[in-house]
Order: sequence, then structure tokens, then C-alpha cells
Amino acid sequence: MMTTTSNTPIIEIRNLKKSYGSNCVLDGFNLTLKEGENLVVMGKSGSGKSVMIKCLIGLEQADSGSITVMGKDVMALEKDELDDLRTEIGFLFQGSALYDSMSVRENLEFPLRRHTKKFGIIEDTTPLVMEALKNVGLESAVDLMPSELSGGMKRRVALARTLILKPKIILYDEPTTGLDPITSKEIILLMQSIQKEYKTSSIIITHDVDCARVIANKMILLVDGINYAEGTFKELSESKDPKVAAFFK
Amino acid sequence: MSAFSKISRNFEAFLIEIGELSYFAGNFFKELFKTPFEGKELLRQCYNMGNRSLLLVGVTGFIIGLVFDLQSRPTLQEFGAVSWMPSMISISIIREIGPIITSLICAGRIGSGIGAELGSMRVTEQIDAMDVSGTNPFKYLVVTRILATTLMLPLLVLFGDAIALYGSFLVENLKGNVSFQLYFNQVFEALKFSDLVPATIKSFFFGFAIGLVGCYKGYYCKKGTAGVGLAANSAVVYTSMLLFIIDFVAVFVTDIFYHE
Repeated sequence: MMTTTSNTPIIEIRNLKKSYGSNCVLDGFNLTLKEGENLVVMGKSGSGKSVMIKCLIGLEQADSGSITVMGKDVMALEKDELDDLRTEIGFLFQGSALYDSMSVRENLEFPLRRHTKKFGIIEDTTPLVMEALKNVGLESAVDLMPSELSGGMKRRVALARTLILKPKIILYDEPTTGLDPITSKEIILLMQSIQKEYKTSSIIITHDVDCARVIANKMILLVDGINYAEGTFKELSESKDPKVAAFFK
Repeated sequence: MSAFSKISRNFEAFLIEIGELSYFAGNFFKELFKTPFEGKELLRQCYNMGNRSLLLVGVTGFIIGLVFDLQSRPTLQEFGAVSWMPSMISISIIREIGPIITSLICAGRIGSGIGAELGSMRVTEQIDAMDVSGTNPFKYLVVTRILATTLMLPLLVLFGDAIALYGSFLVENLKGNVSFQLYFNQVFEALKFSDLVPATIKSFFFGFAIGLVGCYKGYYCKKGTAGVGLAANSAVVYTSMLLFIIDFVAVFVTDIFYHE
């Protein structure tokens, strides 16, 4: 995928370790995301991919290592500072995580109305809500409830909710999992167009080789808690290492 | 594992849970006065918990008043003390039966509802989604719910008490031909300020306990969908236990201040 990337690292993870009891999930994981880059992290189920991005956003506490996002040490931030930083980071959950007691409009308004520091007090949120929904092609769903949406629509609305805060970084946790191939392709194209329009940098956790092929500037294979292999899609897909090749069969 | 070590582990887990619940309550008070105040959500929760519980509390209160009167009547009749019925019923209902029964019903309806709702939000990552968007899910979900139960329960208790007294009046009217005015004159003559105030104050604590335990169990729900059921179930069990403990303490304190 051709995108403009700069050499400034926007996210840096160094020697990240995380264990649950005796189960070591991350054992010295490293990652650098440059501005404008799309980095795909692949790994088997239970290999610690989701744990890694949850540590990155501060949802999980790492045991050791360092995480720097836009020059800020995430592990040392106070709650308020972390919340401010989070407005610059969008997170697309695997299950969409729409607030099911709220309509689509309320889902989008929810973060917007609470970030008065970044956006000021917004009297009429409709133009911003409609703009975000237009970007994902779902203006007509504005007054529907999440239970009335299909899986693909939910994923789009979740993406719109992420975009409404105008983030600089988007973290995608398995964005195409559970979707049919056509909807998956639509979501991948949407991710591409969002990257172009919003000039975001992204980390994409996925098992989907087609998604990686289309979107990745760089890839990391996470095996046994470490970066087992790194490179472009082409480099990794042509690798003779059986552990790497297994992902591309 | 020996029986002793099992007991000691369970006791340790119990103490940890008490500690976590206290910390959770501390967070509630810390967040209570922080902006934004989420007034719209608070009103929505008050409506859900208060208005939507009226029928259940009303029907239960009515039956309690009715049955209480029917069951007590023969005994009082034996001693020729049926005229004491309104006084006895009103004091029992206002001081004890009304608050505790209404609270237990609300623990079942509201406490389990909160536990299940927040639990399912936790397992479907909705709470995490609020967190990563830089908003404060504790303030929006927990503070509003605890505040709503604390404010609504005393009102529900008063409503339940009134309906229960009306239920008792119906029996008195049908069986003893007692008029509405006579019955309620006797009720208000028997009741003192020291009956109503402690009962109302303890209802605030009951409401707080229902909201606190329901939110705590739901907010920290684990183990997928099975955890949601467990959260709802344990919210009711723990709250019911806590209600009786609070009741015991409240009666004890009331006794010291008003009756000694």
C-alpha cells in the first residue's frame, strides 16, 4: 500500500513484558510505529497481540518495559493525562463494543460531549456526527439502535465513533474477524480511505492475510511473546522459516 | 487441601472482597463531586429504578399490609385489643417491615439488573471502549447508578409503606367496619418522629448498599457470559446480607439515640 510515512516514531514499545501468573504472554516485545505508517501485527490466538495493544492504551498494566506514545511515557501518566492522550488514539474493538443502550447518534456523541477540553462545549453535535457517519457510509443509520445493525454496520459505526475524536493513531483489534469476505473487504477499503483522509497512523492486529496484504506498510509476527519476524508483507510471505510461512499458507 | 486451609483461604478471599468493596465505595465519593455531573443519566437511572419499581413495590406492599393484618387480627382479638391494630401495624411497617421488604425486593430487581447490565457491558468491552475514548465510565455508569438507588429507595419505601397501610386498612374496614379517617387517625397518633426519621435514614443506606454492590459486582465481572449471571446472582446475595447487617446496626444505633 502506498502511503506517506515519516521517520518520526509516534509509538515506541521497548522490551514489553506481561505475565498472568505463570503464563508469560509478552516476553520482551518491541515495536516502532512511524507517523503515517500502517503496522500489522500477526500471531496465533493467545499469542498476546490484544494484550499488547491493551497495554499500549493503558487498559492493562505491563509488568516491565516502556511504552512511549507521541513522546509520552504511557506507564508513567496520571489518569487525567492518560485520558487526554487517549483522545488522540482511536481503538476499534473486535466486537465493535457499541453502547447497546444508546442509539448510533448517542454512541457518537458520547465521547464528543465529554471532551470539552479538546472540542469545547458543542451545542449541536449533528454536523460532526453526520460527517463521521458519512465517512463510513452509514448516514441513514443515525437513529438506529445497535441491536438493529448487522455485524459489518456495527464495525462501521464503531469506526465512526473512533473517528469523531479525530485521532492521530488508530488501533484496530481484528477488524475483519467474524465478517463475511465481502464485508471484510469493505472494511479494509474503509480503513485505507480513512488513513488517507485523516492521515492517521495505525496498528492493526489481524489473522487476515488479505487484510495484511492490502494495508500493511510493515508487519510483525508475534510468536512466543517476542517479535519473531519483521518486514514488509512481501518479505515475510516469501520467508522460508516454517513458523513464518505457516501464517501465509 | 485440609479443611482449615480451605476455610482460611475463603476467609482471606472474603476480606479481600470487603477491602475491594470499600475501595470501590471510596472511589464513588471521590468521583461524586467531580465534573461532568451526568445529570441526564442520573435522571434516566432514577426513572428506571424508581418509576419502574412502583408496581412491584406497590403490589408487594399491599399484600404485606393485607396479610399482616389478617394474620395478626385473631391474636389481638383474643386479648380484646383489635383497636390497637392500626397502631401496631403502622409502627411495624414504618419502622421495620416496609424498609427491609422494599429493600429486599429492590435488591432483587435493581441490584441484579445493575449487576447484569454492567457485567454484560464489561464482557462485551463497552466499559473498555468508554475508557479508551478518554471518558470516565466509573462516573457515567457507577456514580449515577449508586446515586439513583440511594435517592430512590427512601421514596419507594415511603410509597410501599403507604400502600401496605392501605392494604391493612382494607382488612380493618371489611372485618371491623373501621372508617378511613379513624384508621389513619390512629396510625398517625401512634407514629412518632423517632419512628419515621431513622427508618428513612436507613433506607438511604439500603439504597446505597444496593447500588454499590450491584455496580461493584457488574463492573468487575469476569469469566465471559457465565460471569454476567454470577455477577447478577452474587449482587443479590451480597446485598441481601448487607441489608440485614445495616438494619441491625441501624436498629442498634436508633435504640441508643431515641429509646434510652
